[in-house]
Amino acid sequence: MSGAAVGMGSSRASIERSRRTLTFFIHAILIAGGIIVMIPLAWMLSTSLKPPHQITKFPPIWIPDPFVWSNYVRAVTIFPVSFVVFVRNSMYMSLMITLGTVLSNAVVAFAFARLTFRGSRVLFIIVLSTMMLPQQVTMIPLFILFSKFGWINTYNPLIVPHFFANAYFVFLLRQFYTTIPRELDDAARIDGCGVIGLFLRIMLPLSKPALGITAIFAFTWAWNEFLGPLIYLSRMETFPLAIALSFLRAAHGVLWSELMVVSFIAMLPPVILFFVAQKHYIQGIVITGVKG
Amino acid sequence: MSAQAQGDRTTLIGRLTSSVWSRRTLRQKEELIAYLLVSPWVIGFLAFILGPMLTSLGLSFTETDLFTLEFVGFENYTKLLSFDTTRTLFWTTLYNTAYYVFLSIPLTISAGFFIAMLLNQNISAQPTYRVVYYLPAVIPGIATSLLWLWLFQPEFGLINWALSLVGIEGPRWLFDRSTAKMALVLMSVWGAGSNMLIFLAGLQGIPTELYEAATIDGAGIWRRFRSITIPMISPTLFFVVVTQIIWSSQVFTNVYVMTEGKGGPANATLMMVLYLYQVAFRQYRMGYASAYAWIFFLILLVFTLVLFRSSKAWVYYETEIGGQRS
Repeated sequence: MSGAAVGMGSSRASIERSRRTLTFFIHAILIAGGIIVMIPLAWMLSTSLKPPHQITKFPPIWIPDPFVWSNYVRAVTIFPVSFVVFVRNSMYMSLMITLGTVLSNAVVAFAFARLTFRGSRVLFIIVLSTMMLPQQVTMIPLFILFSKFGWINTYNPLIVPHFFANAYFVFLLRQFYTTIPRELDDAARIDGCGVIGLFLRIMLPLSKPALGITAIFAFTWAWNEFLGPLIYLSRMETFPLAIALSFLRAAHGVLWSELMVVSFIAMLPPVILFFVAQKHYIQGIVITGVKG
Repeated sequence: MSAQAQGDRTTLIGRLTSSVWSRRTLRQKEELIAYLLVSPWVIGFLAFILGPMLTSLGLSFTETDLFTLEFVGFENYTKLLSFDTTRTLFWTTLYNTAYYVFLSIPLTISAGFFIAMLLNQNISAQPTYRVVYYLPAVIPGIATSLLWLWLFQPEFGLINWALSLVGIEGPRWLFDRSTAKMALVLMSVWGAGSNMLIFLAGLQGIPTELYEAATIDGAGIWRRFRSITIPMISPTLFFVVVTQIIWSSQVFTNVYVMTEGKGGPANATLMMVLYLYQVAFRQYRMGYASAYAWIFFLILLVFTLVLFRSSKAWVYYETEIGGQRS
C-alpha cells in the first residue's frame, strides 16, 4: 500500500519533470525563432545609423561606431520635396480611408445583421464572394473612369471607393453585431426606438471594439498601400511615403543607410498602432479568421 | 352592461386592426430603411466591381490606349495564350507565379501552424511571442522589400554572411536567374506570423474535453494530434489555403521594388500582376492587359472552385456529424 503510494508519487514527479523539459524546449525553439524574426529589424536599425564605410564591411559590424544620427537628417532632406509632405499625404490618405471604411461598413453591416429585407441572403452571398475577387480585374476600367473624372494625381481614386463598404469589413462587423443580444433590440423597440434609433443608440455604442478593429485594420492597410498610389500618383508633391521610398530606391539605388532610415520611419505608424492595440488586432483576427 | 361590452369589443377590434395595420407599414418602412442602409454597398458593387469587371471583359476584345479604341476580336487572347513563347510572356509569368505560390504557401502555412502549436501548449509569455512573430505582418511591403533587398545583397548582405559562417558560399540571390524566385519565397516566410495568429485562434477554439476524453481512452500525443487537432483545425486550414492562394498570387510590391519594376533578371521574377502593371501602365496596352487580367481572374476562380469542391473530402465541419455543438 505505502509502496504503491511512493511509486505513484515518483511517477507524478517524473511526469512533472518531463513536462518541465518539454516547456523548456518549447521556449528554446520559440526564442530562437523570435530572434531570427527580429534580426532583420535589428539590422535595419543598425544600418540606418552606420557611417558609410561600415555599411560595406564584411563580416558585418552590428553596432555602428560612431552612431551617425545625421543619417536621419540627410535621408529626410534628400528629396526635392519636403519630407513632411509625404508624411502628410500618407496621413491624409489613411485617415480618409479609415473614416470612409468605418462609416460605410458600420451602416451596411447593421442592415445585414439586424434587418429583414427581401433578397438579403442573396445579397450577402454576393458580398462574400467579392472577397475572392482579385482587384486587378477591375483596375484598368477604374483607371480609365477616374482619369475621365480628372482624378489622376489626386487622392480621390484611392479614397472614394472606401466610402462604399467592403466585403471584408461588412463580414467582420456583421459577425460582431450578431453577438449583441436581440433582447436589447426588443427593449429599445418597446421604448419607442425606430430602426435608426436602434442603430445609433444601441448598436453603435455597443460595437465600439469592433469599430476600433475596423479602423485599425483600415488604417494599416491604407498606410501600406502601394499599387494604387503607384498607378494614380505621378507628381512628387502627391506621393505618400511608400511611393517616396520607391522613388528613393529608383533614383539613388544603393544608399542603404538612407533607405533603411526612411523604411524605418515608414513602418513606425502601423507598428506603433499594432503595439498600442494588439488586443484589438488579435480579437479582429479571431472574429473573422482573416489576417490583418 | 352588454352595450359596454360591445363598446369594449369594437375598441379592442379597432385597436387590433390598427396595430396590425401600423405593424405592416412599419415592416414596409423598415424594409425601405434596410435597402437604404445597404445601398452604399450596392452602389459600390455596381460602380466599382460589377461595372468595371464587365467593362474590362469588353475591353479585352479591343486594343485601346485611353485615346483610341479598336475592336480586335479574340486576338488578345490568342496572342496571350499562344504556345509560341517568343510572342507571349504569359507562360513565363504563369510559371513564375505558380512557383512562388506553391513554394511559399506550404512554407508559410507549416511555419505558422508549427509556431501556433507551440504557443498553444499553455506557454507563459504567450502574448510576447505573439507580438514578436506577428510584427513583420504589419510592416509596409515597401519597407520589407527594401530591407530584404539589403539582406540578400550578395557581397555585404547578412544572409550570405550567415551562410559563410557555416562554410557555404552564398548565391547571388536576386541577381541570379536560378535563385531570384527562391529569394522571394524565403522572404515570404518572414510574414508567416499572420497565419500563426489565425491557426492559434483556431487551436484555442478546440474544446479541451476532447483531448481529456482521448487521453483517458489511452490516446498518445500523435494519435490525439491526428484524430482531434487535424480534423478540428481543417476548416481554419481550408480558409487559410484559399485566402493565401488568392493573396500570394497577387504578389506585386516586393517584386516591383526589388527588381526596379522589371521582373529581372531575364524575366525570372516577372510575376503575373507585375506584367499586368507593365502592359497596362507602362505600355498603355489596356485591351491586351484587360484580356490578361481576365485570364488571371479565371485561373484564380477555377482554383478557388476546385478547392471548395475538394473541401468536402478533407474539411471537417462539426455540424455535419455531431450537431449537438454548433
